Amino acid sequence: MDVAIVGIGIHPFGRTPSRTGLQQGAYAARLALQDAGVEWKDMQFAFGGSASAGNADALGNELGLTGIPFINVANGCATGGSSLMAAYAAIKSGEHDIGLVAGFDKHDRGAFNADPAALGIGQWYGEVGLMMTTQFFAMKIQKYMHDYGISADTLAKVAEKAFSNGALNPNAWRREPVSAEQVADSMMLNDPLTKFMFCSPAEGGVALVLCRADKAKNYCDSPVYLKSAVLRSRRFGSFEVFAPSQALQQVDGPTVDASKAAFEMAGVGPGDIDVAQLQDTESGAEVMHMAENGFCEHGEQEQLIQSGATHIGGSMPINTDGGCLANGEPIGASGLRQVYENVLQLRGQAGDHQVPGDPRLGYTHVYGAPGISAVTILQR
Amino acid sequence: MSKQVPIVEGLFTWPAEQPALLGSRCNNCGVAAFPVAQSCMACSGQDVSVEELPGRGTLWTWTVQRFMPKPPYHSNETPETFQPYGVGYLELPGGVRVEGRLTENDPEKIRIGMEMDVVFDTWRTEDNGDEIITFFFRPVSEPAQEG
Ligand SMILES: [Zn+2]
Repeated sequence: MDVAIVGIGIHPFGRTPSRTGLQQGAYAARLALQDAGVEWKDMQFAFGGSASAGNADALGNELGLTGIPFINVANGCATGGSSLMAAYAAIKSGEHDIGLVAGFDKHDRGAFNADPAALGIGQWYGEVGLMMTTQFFAMKIQKYMHDYGISADTLAKVAEKAFSNGALNPNAWRREPVSAEQVADSMMLNDPLTKFMFCSPAEGGVALVLCRADKAKNYCDSPVYLKSAVLRSRRFGSFEVFAPSQALQQVDGPTVDASKAAFEMAGVGPGDIDVAQLQDTESGAEVMHMAENGFCEHGEQEQLIQSGATHIGGSMPINTDGGCLANGEPIGASGLRQVYENVLQLRGQAGDHQVPGDPRLGYTHVYGAPGISAVTILQR
Repeated sequence: MSKQVPIVEGLFTWPAEQPALLGSRCNNCGVAAFPVAQSCMACSGQDVSVEELPGRGTLWTWTVQRFMPKPPYHSNETPETFQPYGVGYLELPGGVRVEGRLTENDPEKIRIGMEMDVVFDTWRTEDNGDEIITFFFRPVSEPAQEG
């Protein structure tokens, strides 16, 4: 049984002091239900996640207590992708016909502070100042620039594009364009990455209504089909965040593994994708993830980004809603935001940030600690 | 009386005339790990031996941490006295790539592929005067100019 997305809802990302994270999730859920023309009591199941804003199943307190199986999902940055994968399996297996996926969050300002013990690492690692995701991303792109000739200007251009796309998206947090020069001149945080090249923890909520593909037209004139939803964790030898050591022999990371599996499951290739949302925790991540997801060879990003290929009107539009850089990263909601954006794009409802040419296939990718990646491929 | 205490037991040999990082090596597949692990992440084997890792290697990648991390970061610094620090992975021949702080924080003086030594020094001083010792990576000093 194929699976369709028939309803989408979002609470604007950024800072909303007047609403808790849970309320932002409920706001998104009500919009998704309304979009599908259904009610909360019609949902047969729900999966949801939030890292810092309470248990997702507390949404029942906001939406109503209906007795359905509601499962809380916690999987770091891949929380949304994991919820979606679980919902996909629940419908594909024939167990359920229709259900809801929700993700929301509300984080404090500043870089996330991680607990070494929760990741099976000694306390010393945090004490001496190694427990920083920003360091990992900086060291990964530093090595990548050295090996493949990516320039610092290209990193700045990735952020410039993100902010210009964010300016076109009414639900984005950062809505002011920032030039590549301003990005490059902002404070250096972790060489070679400056302040404006990093995304920040933020707030927001997204919800999706999924159903059996054969019933999709009952709810939605323009259903979007979930052709694949894949989650992978790191294998031995991949270079990952929060690693006191790494093997001398390297293997592909979870992004490469998840991407290959997703393309195989959907029966399409990278060249068929019309619009892609790739994890851009910082500028370098977007650059590296272009190649890791199969959209180009290592090193080709320099020319592609400099030539504008990844802009909304380019040949390979990436992070058309402004990505994590312009939306911030509410962990529970971030991966679902990408799916929300692709559904808008495939329905032709993305307004000022709409990709031209009636896009038919959309791709999403998230990456997070301690080495997990989730990919979806959507088709209208 | 104050004394020198390793930041954690078993991370490196201490006290020792020539302290060294301690790794484990799998007796099944030969893969090394740092810090010492009870089992092998490569093959799931549980038969591992502890060994001293080489004291010199090459820098695989690096960054400079320019802002003071939140706890669990634990130094003697305040936001006012905080100094940026280098971080990198040092490739130890025959062993693993180990992540650690660099003694150098000037990006102009750090490059991928440079040789570095594993050194041991005071990380912070406790209220009771104890010096907490950890490991750092220090650039191998250039040979003195002839003449
Ligand atoms: Zn082994």
